[in-house]
Amino acid sequence: MIKGTVFIEQNICKGCELCIAACPQESLGLSSKININGYRYVELIKDNCTGCVNCALVCPDVAITVYREPKPSMKKAV
Amino acid sequence: MENVITTNGFDVVYKKPATLTDTPFHYCPGCGHSVVHRVLMEVVEELGIQEETIGVAPVGCSVFAYHYMDIDMQEAAHGRASAVATGIKRILPEKYVFSYQGDGDLAAIGTAETIHTVNRGENILMIFINNAIYGMTGGQMAPTTLLEQVTSTSPYGRQHDLMGYPLKITDLIAQLPGAYYVTRQSVHTAIAVRKLKKAITKSLEYQKLNKGTSFIEVVSNCPSGWKMTPVESNQWLAENMFPLYPLGDLKVPKDK
Amino acid sequence: MEQKNNGKTEARLMKGNEALAEAAIRADIDAYFGYPITPQSEVLEYFTREMPKRHGIFLQAESELAAINMIYGAAGAGGRVMTSSSSPGISLMQEGISYIASAQLPCLIVNVNRGGPGLGTIQPSQGDYFQATKGGGHGDYHLIVLAPASVQEMADFVFDAIRLAEKYRNPAMILADGALGQMMEKVVLPEEGSLPKHGNNWATVGKPSSRERNIITSLYIQPEKMEGINFELQEKYSRIQDEVRYEEINMEDADIALVAFGLSARVCQKAVDLGREKGIKVGLIRPITLYPFPKKVISAFAEKVNFFLTVEMNAGQMVEDVTLAVNGKRPVFFKGRMGGMIPSPEDVVTELESIIEKISISQD
Repeated sequence: MIKGTVFIEQNICKGCELCIAACPQESLGLSSKININGYRYVELIKDNCTGCVNCALVCPDVAITVYREPKPSMKKAV
Repeated sequence: MENVITTNGFDVVYKKPATLTDTPFHYCPGCGHSVVHRVLMEVVEELGIQEETIGVAPVGCSVFAYHYMDIDMQEAAHGRASAVATGIKRILPEKYVFSYQGDGDLAAIGTAETIHTVNRGENILMIFINNAIYGMTGGQMAPTTLLEQVTSTSPYGRQHDLMGYPLKITDLIAQLPGAYYVTRQSVHTAIAVRKLKKAITKSLEYQKLNKGTSFIEVVSNCPSGWKMTPVESNQWLAENMFPLYPLGDLKVPKDK
Repeated sequence: MEQKNNGKTEARLMKGNEALAEAAIRADIDAYFGYPITPQSEVLEYFTREMPKRHGIFLQAESELAAINMIYGAAGAGGRVMTSSSSPGISLMQEGISYIASAQLPCLIVNVNRGGPGLGTIQPSQGDYFQATKGGGHGDYHLIVLAPASVQEMADFVFDAIRLAEKYRNPAMILADGALGQMMEKVVLPEEGSLPKHGNNWATVGKPSSRERNIITSLYIQPEKMEGINFELQEKYSRIQDEVRYEEINMEDADIALVAFGLSARVCQKAVDLGREKGIKVGLIRPITLYPFPKKVISAFAEKVNFFLTVEMNAGQMVEDVTLAVNGKRPVFFKGRMGGMIPSPEDVVTELESIIEKISISQD
């Protein structure tokens, strides 16, 4: 399975939870902590992200950067 | 299309477009406006047209769209964005020009400008955010508000004999010969967002053909106005808005 | 009225509306957006016929509301643009004009004033003086207002108004009336291409990487910022006072000053001749710029003349500015006709005689 990960800007996230709903892997969840604006921000809660980009596509605040492990064939080309 | 830059062995497959400024969006959590702003600016970046694009912002929640989009922009009076865009495009026909409006701006006070801009086939992109409510002014009824929908000026639900029916403006203007491409999209799921992005990309490419107006209605949510959480609002949208405002193309170019 | 000759040989007999439109084409207007309304539809029609042969964009908008917003967009994109209308249409444009003034965009707006209020009549009037000079739209702003009194001035003032609008980044208005628009007189037109365009760095033309994005807006939510914009505008208006223009006719030895603009000034010029024949030493001060208003010359003459008679085709509008400028030093009287009626020179002289008699009775 392809591995991926996301970086979520804590202080930009408004805790709207749309990414949580969009994630097919259920990798995301609301933190119990709040950010400087008073929102509970979203964070990775599982290790099974595939880098599918669904979360970033629905994120209204552009808080998410998505990373994906390259496929083995692409690694060789580089 | 996603950027692919190798870093730490992982590729970045999505990051914030450079065509958005550093200003955080002021929109309510979960608001569709910010998704549309982002998608529009992704397309501007990918097509490489940041230096040739001029946008017109409306009056409404997105009145400050120019704080977020790193392109030359004008702020229009309420309802007049398509007339302002007409003025810009007539003077600068080789640039990409778009107007961005909500349901009050485009389908209430601006109805005449909306119809006539499309009727003239102005070679611009008109973006219409339909969330069936007036968000900025506190949640009043919009022309597109559904029957029985409760808003601050329809507290007992919209009654057609008192307040008229929801106005399907996109269906009206799709019948005008000046309309080149008319489509209804949404941003409530990742798939929908990808489709919207394709529609915006096509629309901007069509501008170079000078064959008429591209018009994209985005059925969107207003969690604050509808008094729901963002996730609930997207569910409500799918159940209640789509029957009246179904997604899909209303007019596609025949000569493509 | 003294006719200016700009040194050009071409002289034509033209209708006021058409002379104005022809002058605008010669001024290299990029676009005209407008809507038909009597008595200025000839301006649109002239542009529709001529622009395809010469240069520039013509678009008949769906309303004056749409037209003024097209003007806003095109001016914000760096275009040299104009519109024209008549009183009720100008009322529709007021929101747009306020936005244009606040966003500091240059443009030319022509009002061929007709009788009002309301739908009114198509006959000439000067009832839009307040609207033109005191606002009309909301907020603290001013238009630069020029009032022609001849077909020659209908043409010349197009160049002057555009020059001023672009110099100060402010909307400018030519306040004409239905008679000036329709009358035919000899006119020597300005030379084509003699109003060069200067580029600017504030227009929305597409943001190159070399600069920050340009934003044309009139929205400043923070009151400190909004006040700052207002200070900028007010400072600009104080500089615009240097552009005041007026004409003095027979004022050197005058005991009585008539004050009138536009068509009323033509009537008063004849009244001056008739009055002088009767031994009344009357002269005429004709404001050419209604904003900035020629306060200083009127104030100066308030030291010399016995009284002022303001003659207007309205219920008494410019007379208030005359009264302010005179500042209580001398009496200021008013003679007006409304609703599209035009006073005659004889009417004005009769009014003068009646005032003179009243004053001498009260002095006995």
